[in-house]
Amino acid sequence: MLEINNLHVKLEEEDKVILKGVNLKIGAGEVHAIMGPNGSGKSTLSYVLSGKGGYEVTDGSAILEGAELLDMEPEDRAAAGLFLAFQYPVEIPGVGNMTFLRTAVNAQRKARGEDELSAADFLKIVRAKAKALKIDAEMMKRPVNVGFSGGEKKRNEILQMAMLEPKMCILDETDSGLDVDAMKLVSEGVNALRDAGRSFLVITHYQRLLDHIKPDFVHIMADGRIIKTGGPELALEVENNGYADILAEVV
Amino acid sequence: MAQLQAKQDALTARLAGLTAPKGGFSHDARQAAFARLAQMGLPGRRDEYWRYTDPAMLNAVAPLEADTLRVEVPIFEGKDKLRLVFEDGVFDAAASDDMAMAGIEISLLSQADAQDLHWAKALYGTLEAAGQTPVARPFASLNTAVAHEGLLIRVTGKAPRPIHISYRQKSSTSDAILHHCIKVEAGADLTVLETGISGARSNVVMEADIAAGGKLHHIRPQGRSHGKQLVTHIFARLAAESLFKSFTLSMNGRMTRNEAVIEFTGDDAQAHVAGAAVGDGAFHHDDTVFITHDALRCESRQVFKKVLKNGAVGVFQGKILVKAGAQKTDGYQISQALMLDDDSQFLAKPELEIYADDVVCSHGSTSGAIDEAALFYLRSRGVPMRTAQSLLVLAFLAEAIAEIEDQDLAEDIRARMEDWLSRHQGK
Ligand SMILES: Nc1ncnc2c1ncn2[C@@H]1O[C@H](COP(=O)(O)OP(=O)(O)OP(=O)(O)O)[C@@H](O)[C@H]1O
Ligand SMILES: [Mg+2]
Repeated sequence: MLEINNLHVKLEEEDKVILKGVNLKIGAGEVHAIMGPNGSGKSTLSYVLSGKGGYEVTDGSAILEGAELLDMEPEDRAAAGLFLAFQYPVEIPGVGNMTFLRTAVNAQRKARGEDELSAADFLKIVRAKAKALKIDAEMMKRPVNVGFSGGEKKRNEILQMAMLEPKMCILDETDSGLDVDAMKLVSEGVNALRDAGRSFLVITHYQRLLDHIKPDFVHIMADGRIIKTGGPELALEVENNGYADILAEVV
Repeated sequence: MAQLQAKQDALTARLAGLTAPKGGFSHDARQAAFARLAQMGLPGRRDEYWRYTDPAMLNAVAPLEADTLRVEVPIFEGKDKLRLVFEDGVFDAAASDDMAMAGIEISLLSQADAQDLHWAKALYGTLEAAGQTPVARPFASLNTAVAHEGLLIRVTGKAPRPIHISYRQKSSTSDAILHHCIKVEAGADLTVLETGISGARSNVVMEADIAAGGKLHHIRPQGRSHGKQLVTHIFARLAAESLFKSFTLSMNGRMTRNEAVIEFTGDDAQAHVAGAAVGDGAFHHDDTVFITHDALRCESRQVFKKVLKNGAVGVFQGKILVKAGAQKTDGYQISQALMLDDDSQFLAKPELEIYADDVVCSHGSTSGAIDEAALFYLRSRGVPMRTAQSLLVLAFLAEAIAEIEDQDLAEDIRARMEDWLSRHQGK
């Protein structure tokens, strides 16, 4: 599904190198988790994959189903099936949540040569999916993420993911700011989307989320590299002992 | 001294090319306007009130040639309305609807002398004259003095349909001067739609006198000619518990000065003036607003938004004056510019002058670029760059458009904006 090779990234404006050779291969239907200390480059990786400006790729590649992501505009990456649930979802005053979602869904359909959804069909689908995530109709009418609580913003990200049905989903700390019940809701939302043709990259600090969304692989990122890869037990090790031992092992 | 002389010379030259109607019901008002004008002269570059806008094009004896949009794309088509058409400042009876409508009296300024309109005699030039202090507005006095045409509208009940003043421009050198008077009687309710461009250069005055409990909604998409030179004044006087809401959409235009002068004379009234202006390239757009609170518990809102690119210039001068005793005034003013590149300019002069102690007044002015984080967020969801930009620009304008109460009219305005944006994207 996604193959990241030797990815090197620096800030565009400064001589600060953030990713120093990331290698990661995610097969179709797999769930991978990335853990790692603050500032190790996890969000940067997710931004660079989705095409955010301000970063310069100095080396490497990221291939999504045979196509080089790094050469595409952000909207084309989305249409190609990439989705990022943001660590910090952006508030957009003046743009209604519903308008936003419908524009996004139809833009992607159009880019893929499919028919646009009619207003009625769209409404039916969005209502059902919003309900499953306990997002009420009033929230859908508000501007995108404006006045949403931290947890509501995260649920809204998952709603977008559910509507857009991407192939490669990156979740950047979707669990942070969620209470126990919301975490369950969100995990259920994610698990409902799991299938053989869809892969996940879940960035998290906590084992807790991985109890709900069971990963096939867990990677540890430190200082811009993936320094260790293992199974779900690796997350437990981090939960119990922190990163010190793992970091020491590598050095 | 030399400065005043220059202003008066400019006036003499300008008046030489104009004729005024003789006699009639408006005779005294016109004479008084001429006298005021002689004192003021035309605006000069050094006038504080014209610091950000050069009045030269408006002062000039003749207008600059302006492109004529042969097909003015109709707006508000879905609304049943009474349409009155002016072409190059001249009333076009053949293109207009019959003026008869229940609860409303409509006359043409040019034909009013035959009728005995006491209310019009009392109103014509009166609010304009009152609006000359503390700041001079010479183009409004010029208008009062020499306007040959306009509408005199008196509404006594709830108007069954909006009145649609539709301007058309056929000549690339027309110099239109129109003066409208609107009297909203106690408890009456009227919507006025004012669309299009009446000439290569236009000077339009609207005096609106709103009696107790009366309501006047005014929505004005000004047409998208690039070459137009335009100066407009709205003078509104609000009695107790009355309401005035005015929204202006401006697209393109090398020179536009829209002034609104509003005075609360009765308690518990509400006035909202809003504007959305979009310009690309040779565009100079000036909103100048003066709101005087002279009554209790009145609410005023000024919401002005401008989208500027390729060297466009936006100006906002807005003042809230709260007189002594105008307690519990609620005044709000916001002016914002969205710069789509680094070449454009926004000049804002927000002012509060408050002589009462128990009031809430706020004002803010900002200018900034499109929010990159929001743009990326939209694109990351598959929304193409241009669509994403349009969404954000419309979002920026939304607070101004929200001042239009009628949702159908607001939707038409939004569609017009979207259309403009789609034509002006990229460089
Ligand atoms: N636009 C930027 N400007 C300056 N520094 C940046 C920028 N983007 C990332 N960085 C820096 O790069 C490093 C990696 O940041 P990143 O957000 O990717 O970390 P992270 O692993 O997601 O951390 P966290 O666990 O706290 O979310 C940090 O030191 C951060 O300060
Ligand atoms: Mg992060």
